[in-house]
Amino acid sequence: MTEFTPFASLFGGVMIGLSAVLLMLVLGRVMGATGILTGFVNPTSGTDWSWRAAVLAGMVSAPLVYFAVTGGMPTIEVPVSTPLMLLGGFIVGIGVTFGSGCTSGHGVCGMARLSGRSITATLTFMVATAATVFVIRHVLGG
Amino acid sequence: MKHLIPAFLIGLLFGLGIVISGMANPAKVLNFFDFAGTWDPSLIFVMGGALAVTFIGYRVVLARSRPLVEGQFHVPTNRTIDARLIGGAALFGVGWGMAGFCPGGALPVIGTARTEVLLFVAALIAGIFTAQALMRLAQGKPSVSQTLRQ
Repeated sequence: MTEFTPFASLFGGVMIGLSAVLLMLVLGRVMGATGILTGFVNPTSGTDWSWRAAVLAGMVSAPLVYFAVTGGMPTIEVPVSTPLMLLGGFIVGIGVTFGSGCTSGHGVCGMARLSGRSITATLTFMVATAATVFVIRHVLGG
Repeated sequence: MKHLIPAFLIGLLFGLGIVISGMANPAKVLNFFDFAGTWDPSLIFVMGGALAVTFIGYRVVLARSRPLVEGQFHVPTNRTIDARLIGGAALFGVGWGMAGFCPGGALPVIGTARTEVLLFVAALIAGIFTAQALMRLAQGKPSVSQTLRQ
């Protein structure tokens, strides 16, 4: 069980949305974790790389700022075995590359633009995720 | 250089949003999708809050002629809904349901140096490079991956 946290989740969601709007306002870019990471590990040019590196540096600083403000580290509970985590990560990497985006790029930025591609991708991965969780937890009993 | 400080702060805001919302907690993410078991509906509020702000904010921002420090907006123009989009999204969902982390959920918590997070991100990057290599093989062009970024 995890605690139902509607207010924290709404507040966090609003911050995610604000970051997406500000990235578009300042740099004219989509706040998609997949695109930002892909362009960071496999850059096309130096100017294209530097803003992604700066966004990523800001992202990974978040737990430290969170610690400085709250005195605790973010809650990360991992009810998943290491092999499943590695296999899942690898499949996510393949999927987001072929699918051109993930929860942030398609699910937030693309859906906010009412992109048919993003709405299709988001519905597809939400259904696939729920089906996978159902199979692992209730069919395989994992 | 003038774009790097705002980019850092925007990344920090995103990361804090991810941490506060619960998206960086695989137990919470997996419970959100576990309708037949320990369902935790919290993440509806993450998506709702993020989408509402972005939906309104994009309309204001994209009405401008250009962003503040760049010459033009870089908004995806591809409208093709094909097997690669749907197959890729479905694969992403399978992996997300296995690991409980998505890329946006995991990247900010690299900063915690938790082993599980580092393993997920390493596997994620390996998957990205593998998919790019497969696309190059399929299309015979070295730069194809660069046209696919969302």
